[in-house]
Amino acid sequence: MNPSAGVSSTPTSSPPAPPGARVIGVGGAGLQVVEGLLRQGLPGIACAGIHTDARRLQSSPLPRKLLLGGQVSRGLKAGEPEVSRRLAEAEPEALRHLCEGADLIILVGGLGGNTAAGAMPVLARAARESGALALVLATLPFDFEGRRRQVQARTALEELRSAADAVISLPNQKVAALLDERTPLTETLEHIDELLGRGVHGLLRLLRRDGLINVDFADLCQVVRGRPAESCFATAEAEGENRARDLVEKLARHPLLDSGRDLAEADALLISLTGGPDLSLKDVNQVMEHINRAAEHAQMVMGALMDPALNGRLAATVIVSRRSTPELAAAAPGGEIAADPAPPAAEFPTHDAPGAGGREQIRTPGSGASRHFVPPPPELTPEQAERLLAERAGPAGIRRRARGKPEQIALPLQVVSKGRFARTDPTVYQGMDLDVPTFRRRGILLN
Amino acid sequence: MFDPAPQVVVGLEIGTSKVCAVVGELHPHGTLNIIGLGQARSRGVRKGEIVDNSAAAEDVRAALAEAEQMADVEIRSVYLGVSGAHIQSFNNRGHHTIPSHDRVIMEDDVRDVVGNARAFNLPADRHVIHVIRQHFIVDGQPGVVDPVGMPGAQLEVDLHVIHGITTRLQRPIRVVKGLQIEVENIVFTGIASSLAVLSPPDKQRGVLLIDLGAGITDYVVYADGIVRHTGTLAVGGDHVTNDLACGLNVSQGRAEALKCTYGGAQVGPDVKGRTLALSSDHGLPERPLNLEHLRRIMAARLEETFEIISSDLEQHRLLESLHAGVVLCGGGARVPGITELAERIFGVHAVVGRTQTISGLVATLDQPEFATGIGLVRFGAFQQPAARGSRWTSRLRQTLVHWKSMLRVL
Repeated sequence: MNPSAGVSSTPTSSPPAPPGARVIGVGGAGLQVVEGLLRQGLPGIACAGIHTDARRLQSSPLPRKLLLGGQVSRGLKAGEPEVSRRLAEAEPEALRHLCEGADLIILVGGLGGNTAAGAMPVLARAARESGALALVLATLPFDFEGRRRQVQARTALEELRSAADAVISLPNQKVAALLDERTPLTETLEHIDELLGRGVHGLLRLLRRDGLINVDFADLCQVVRGRPAESCFATAEAEGENRARDLVEKLARHPLLDSGRDLAEADALLISLTGGPDLSLKDVNQVMEHINRAAEHAQMVMGALMDPALNGRLAATVIVSRRSTPELAAAAPGGEIAADPAPPAAEFPTHDAPGAGGREQIRTPGSGASRHFVPPPPELTPEQAERLLAERAGPAGIRRRARGKPEQIALPLQVVSKGRFARTDPTVYQGMDLDVPTFRRRGILLN
Repeated sequence: MFDPAPQVVVGLEIGTSKVCAVVGELHPHGTLNIIGLGQARSRGVRKGEIVDNSAAAEDVRAALAEAEQMADVEIRSVYLGVSGAHIQSFNNRGHHTIPSHDRVIMEDDVRDVVGNARAFNLPADRHVIHVIRQHFIVDGQPGVVDPVGMPGAQLEVDLHVIHGITTRLQRPIRVVKGLQIEVENIVFTGIASSLAVLSPPDKQRGVLLIDLGAGITDYVVYADGIVRHTGTLAVGGDHVTNDLACGLNVSQGRAEALKCTYGGAQVGPDVKGRTLALSSDHGLPERPLNLEHLRRIMAARLEETFEIISSDLEQHRLLESLHAGVVLCGGGARVPGITELAERIFGVHAVVGRTQTISGLVATLDQPEFATGIGLVRFGAFQQPAARGSRWTSRLRQTLVHWKSMLRVL
């Protein structure tokens, strides 16, 4: 099959949307989401899909499709991310064609899948090379999908961080926490797709630039870009008398925000409030007051929109970048790289993640065995990958808890040495630790 | 005439800087004579509470042995001073309606009203150290000292209750009992100090006693002859030393020595810009220390300590009742300029307390550090049967934890 044959020719025009916004689903999960969006009808957004599976792609109703490696793998899916990466890299022309003419490209995919994990970074780079802003919305696999997939998703995420302008991740495991345990798997998956769809919706709504208080892409980038920490998003909706309070409560307990812990640890936070024509200042005030209190250390970007469809209801989309621990920052210098306008696509390193390590590198004919020198991965060593993975282990993760504790202790009061009272019960008076020298607390200067 | 043998009363204070045992001799006719004193440097105590049992036990043993030797008696039991950040106090009021037809208040009514006032709820982990009776209120008229025989329909009484966490109170008791010595009673050190240094006229006019210990600062407010308020603050001389060690970047030992030699509660013009050339332990010259900084660090800490006490008294509306001023005791009272600092913050006259009301080893004992020890002996003396000569008060003794008789004597 000719790869370019899968790409339909005419991109739809898009008057109300951000000029030239395009949503591209990568891999099976990505296609699902984009198809869902298409069914709901996204006015003026061009949708497209990329996959390595010819049959899946054929059955998709998307207007633009790209089959990766039609000749190499005969449309029989990619066995592992490395393959799909090679396949994607082998077709720069097709990718560029797909991205052409768009200003904003939202890539959607599940990083547990081979196609998304391999091809998404390549596509993100291609999108940026063609002059568009690349925003990635990716799911991370369930815990039960195994360690290898987790590592693969982690590695891909790191890569995406350097390749795309903004990456927002949605760990499936956290979504599972949203639902009843006995929810059928199909429903869970549908729910995840829906969440992703809502995320895309929310983002587009955010960026449509017709808000009462505007948030634009630059604001979004400010929140999600250049931070080695992960960004996550959550949406919530409430209606009725106490909608503002309900909304805050929903956000505070949102599993995707780690039951509000992410808010407390947030480094940067973008919140977009959407309400009907009856959206009042009180609503906005109330929500923001709580959010500000919950995330007092965060850099805050706030937007408010009006959507006639939401009459009587109040919806919020929150994108949070968590503060990262120093070792995490050291492990992922990708945040810095993200500022680099054009990372070289060809010299992408292979990740020797545990589980993936030891396996033979598969070289597709298209790429050529000698084309790439494969250096040791600079971004992520196996230990770091493992650590990231362990931290990722979801709300039940012991290490995350253990890390939460020292955070509590690291109050500014305790940073000051207490000398011989270091191990005694602190003498606290009206919130002051009296064991800390008075002259320090009162800021008496000794020069 | 042949007098029965005088009773031996021993006060033991396990303080943060020193363990101090004071032996008193109580003569049958009521005079108290201090005959012995034992001291040991304390190593197992922080902020007034024992953190190292074995070290504390050793120090207590040493102090008691010294006191025994000096007084030439065998110590079997002690009155133990307790303190700590966990000690709290409150005032509680009890009501009683006089049932008799002629509406004359009887002793039974007094007992009932005190019993009612003692019916307060404390958390299960707390133990009452003292219940001190304040004044009676007869038909809404406050300030009645002795209501027996008065006509009245409603009798009320205020009690001042001092309590602490049971397990933390047991720590020093266990240490003492581990040495095969009985603990007659535990006494809040602030109360003990007040017994040693405050005179009845001061208590009548209203006085604040601050015991500036090494690990903890206790304070007691008297007005109209009764205990109005007590409190503790787990900040003391150790904190000053620690602040100096931090601020001047010297060792704790050096900081302690500097505090004692060059310390002062106020910065003053005489130290502005002065430096000290100190030699190190090996005799080598070291970097100079700025005396002004030393004073500033000390002044900040002491000032803050007084300010916290002042704001506590303000909350209880007691600042206006300190007509007799502030009395300081404890090792912190030795700091030069501390009375001036107290005067500045409390706005009343301040003095260093003297234990002049005791006979015996006067010269040795008239030091602010021994106020607690002497006060403990005094407390013990009030509890000895021979000292109780008052009439009806003997019946109240059980309920009032000997406070009635003590206040009478004072």
